[in-house]
Amino acid sequence: MQMATPVLTFTDRGIYCPDGDFYIDPWRPVDRALITHGHSDHARMGHGSYLATHAALPVIRHRLGPITADGIGYGETRRIGGTVVSFHPAGHVPGSAQIRVEVAGEVWVVSGDYKTEADGLAEPFEPVACHAFISECTFGLPVFRWAPQPQVMEDISRWWAANASAGKTSVLGAYSFGKAQRLMAGLPQIGPILTHGAVENVTQILRDQGYPLPPTTHVTRDVTAKTHPGALVIAPPSALGTPWAGRFGASDEAFASGWMAVRGIRRRRNLGTGFALSDHADWQGLNTAIRATGADKVFVTHGYTVPFRQWLETQGYDAGIVATEFAGDDADVVDDESAVS
Amino acid sequence: MKAFAALFAALDGTTKTGAKTAALTAYFRAAPEQDRVWTIAILSGRRPKRAVTSTELRIWAAEAAGIPLWLFEESYNVVGDLAETIALVLPPPSTTRDVTLTDTIKAIIALTGLPAPARQARVLATWDALAGDERFLFNKLLTGGFRMGVSQGLMTKALAAATGLEETTIAHRLMGNWDPARTDFADLIAGDDGMGAKPYPFALASPLEAEAATLGPVSDWIAEWKWDGIRGQLIHRAGAFAVWSRGEELITDRFPEFAAVADFLPMGTVLDGEILAWRGDAPLPFAALQTRIGRKVVSKKALAEAPARFVAYDLLEVDGTDLRDRPLSERRARLEEIIAAMPAGLELAASPRVAGFDWADLARQRETARDLLAEGLMLKRLSSPYFTGRRRGDWWKWKLDPYTVDAVMIYAQAGHGRRANLFTDFTFAVRDGNDLVPFTKAYSGLSDAEFAEITTWVGKHTLERFGPVRRVAPELVFELAFEGIQASPRHKSGIALRFPRMLRWRRDKSVADVDTLAELRRLLAASGGPPPHPGDI
Repeated sequence: MQMATPVLTFTDRGIYCPDGDFYIDPWRPVDRALITHGHSDHARMGHGSYLATHAALPVIRHRLGPITADGIGYGETRRIGGTVVSFHPAGHVPGSAQIRVEVAGEVWVVSGDYKTEADGLAEPFEPVACHAFISECTFGLPVFRWAPQPQVMEDISRWWAANASAGKTSVLGAYSFGKAQRLMAGLPQIGPILTHGAVENVTQILRDQGYPLPPTTHVTRDVTAKTHPGALVIAPPSALGTPWAGRFGASDEAFASGWMAVRGIRRRRNLGTGFALSDHADWQGLNTAIRATGADKVFVTHGYTVPFRQWLETQGYDAGIVATEFAGDDADVVDDESAVS
Repeated sequence: MKAFAALFAALDGTTKTGAKTAALTAYFRAAPEQDRVWTIAILSGRRPKRAVTSTELRIWAAEAAGIPLWLFEESYNVVGDLAETIALVLPPPSTTRDVTLTDTIKAIIALTGLPAPARQARVLATWDALAGDERFLFNKLLTGGFRMGVSQGLMTKALAAATGLEETTIAHRLMGNWDPARTDFADLIAGDDGMGAKPYPFALASPLEAEAATLGPVSDWIAEWKWDGIRGQLIHRAGAFAVWSRGEELITDRFPEFAAVADFLPMGTVLDGEILAWRGDAPLPFAALQTRIGRKVVSKKALAEAPARFVAYDLLEVDGTDLRDRPLSERRARLEEIIAAMPAGLELAASPRVAGFDWADLARQRETARDLLAEGLMLKRLSSPYFTGRRRGDWWKWKLDPYTVDAVMIYAQAGHGRRANLFTDFTFAVRDGNDLVPFTKAYSGLSDAEFAEITTWVGKHTLERFGPVRRVAPELVFELAFEGIQASPRHKSGIALRFPRMLRWRRDKSVADVDTLAELRRLLAASGGPPPHPGDI
């Protein structure tokens, strides 16, 4: 095993591969960027060229405008400089990938964001064997333990049904790319599903790609509780509690996010109702995924990096931290799941 | 526990008062009677004695979850609540058991006095039989400090709705030190004939934010000093002489000097007033009174150094008749009559009226409040009844403007509960030559949006971590307000502030603009340098 230059290095622009001269999810403009998925903290503007999965590109193009980009299929290999690169499902959102980089037989994998539970919409997570694994750890503390998706969906549909029978509109905050579509695909059709513009745009793109999504109605001026009684409105969390959400009159607001597992965080947002539904791996998920790679070297990033690294050390791993743009730790992720727009 | 957990979920699942009242009312109608009593007890701060230390719980929970203790502590720092952290880290229960709230509390009480291994075995078995909210609530009952977002007023309202009684009647019956383990619902709500030593619910004033002149003719009001002591009620009824603090604590025995009052005060009298440490014709600083609060047995030395006096504001009951609906003018006149008829030498006085011929005159006198160690003036409408709780309009606290100082934040720590995972607890420093000297902490005064912004900032500007505490770059400047300043040998800066809080974030100022330790020392000297209040900082 070569030890001289590592396959990936950590720079102030992001994760860099010297043998391939490319970056993975860089946060400053670079010539060549490999992108794990379309969330704005991973796919940023200003790079010379982009490489992402075919499934991820439409949303990336929609968000970044005209870019020079190339698509790649899951599992397809590509030579870049002295490396062999491939993308593998991360289960985070539709099109999301882990990126595998191989140099002279040594394999490193960058997880991007991932979750281990299949959500019925995103391509399910696949463990990739490697020597070194760079894992996110947004929810890398043992207090985060997700209930199985069917149970959470049942809780949400019960809330929706109760509101509907009380003549109230249900307004559900969810990140506009990923969570919003996961919800509409996973919930039973209790009433009409209405969408905020930010949600509708992404939904339409994914629907055009062939992801199975139910019909939705974009909320415009003439869409009200009268025209759509018993509706579920899916909107970005930032729209909760605003006049936009107020147009539905009698309504009940809730937020679907992994952070809702903690009561204090939910109460701080002044939300009565929160559903702990995350697109990131929980504590068990992170530990299982890391074990499944067979890696003995693990770098953690995005989230509770300090305690999670220390935990991995106690489990016998050679563990390190990849600093993100903001010397990232728990403070960065207070209000959003990894600060996703 | 299921009914109680459902109540908790309903209360916790809404921020609307109406929905909370409805959920509580339904619970008070349907829950097992003894569970109702315990719920009232919990909501009014009467909880079972702690049978297990928080350290024991942490160790047991970490062990049961299969994680090292340090990782449990890291988790606690994020969750901000011990009961919740435990509920979340434990594996799902292997069985479920349905027990009532009362049984659960009895089991907790029964833990007291057992050897540690026996307590541990019982707690672990309970954890393994409860899921979700029930497990969290069990932990809350174990650890005390339980708040369910329900005020005493809201609970009273729900009880009134459930029983058909008046809110004020309910409020009065819930006062005092009844023991939930030995009280049944019917007795608690029905009350008894004599009120015994039960105090009345205190009437509370609101801070005056508008100009005093907007209150109408000054002749409609009585002004008196806002004393800085312990608000209390002094009760003399057949077979009962009692002194209660506003926190509904019976403090009769801590103030033996009031016992003589019972020999002369007519039977069936209840006074509302302020307990102050007092010498000659002036109060002593609050710190002197504090030497009297902490101890149940009062030494001769403490009695001599900090003699106490009951300074009466109001008369709530006379000849056993409830006067609370009578106008203040009448209650006040009768209070002054009663006190005038008492012999000299008793530690009892009526709080003097502060006469003013107009609002400007009163405002001038208010400026001299600190000379009397008072916090400002109280304004009460002469026609006002003695109402229950806080009601705006008739009683106002007209406090002096606080002192202020510009200081820089040097440490930040995440808050608890609603503020978990958000940096809200800050340590501040002033300049001393080229050094920054920490001198106070403050937690309140900023908006949620500002705390969120500062939290993001702390993430990017952390210099060092000490467990939950971050040392941050000294860049953010805040204007702090406080009510008093004292010398303190316990603090590096040598001073301690009373009620410090953040008045505003001074984005226009940098660390070069913050105040100096010398300026604080000048302020200390100017304020007469009364001794420090322990526990202020």
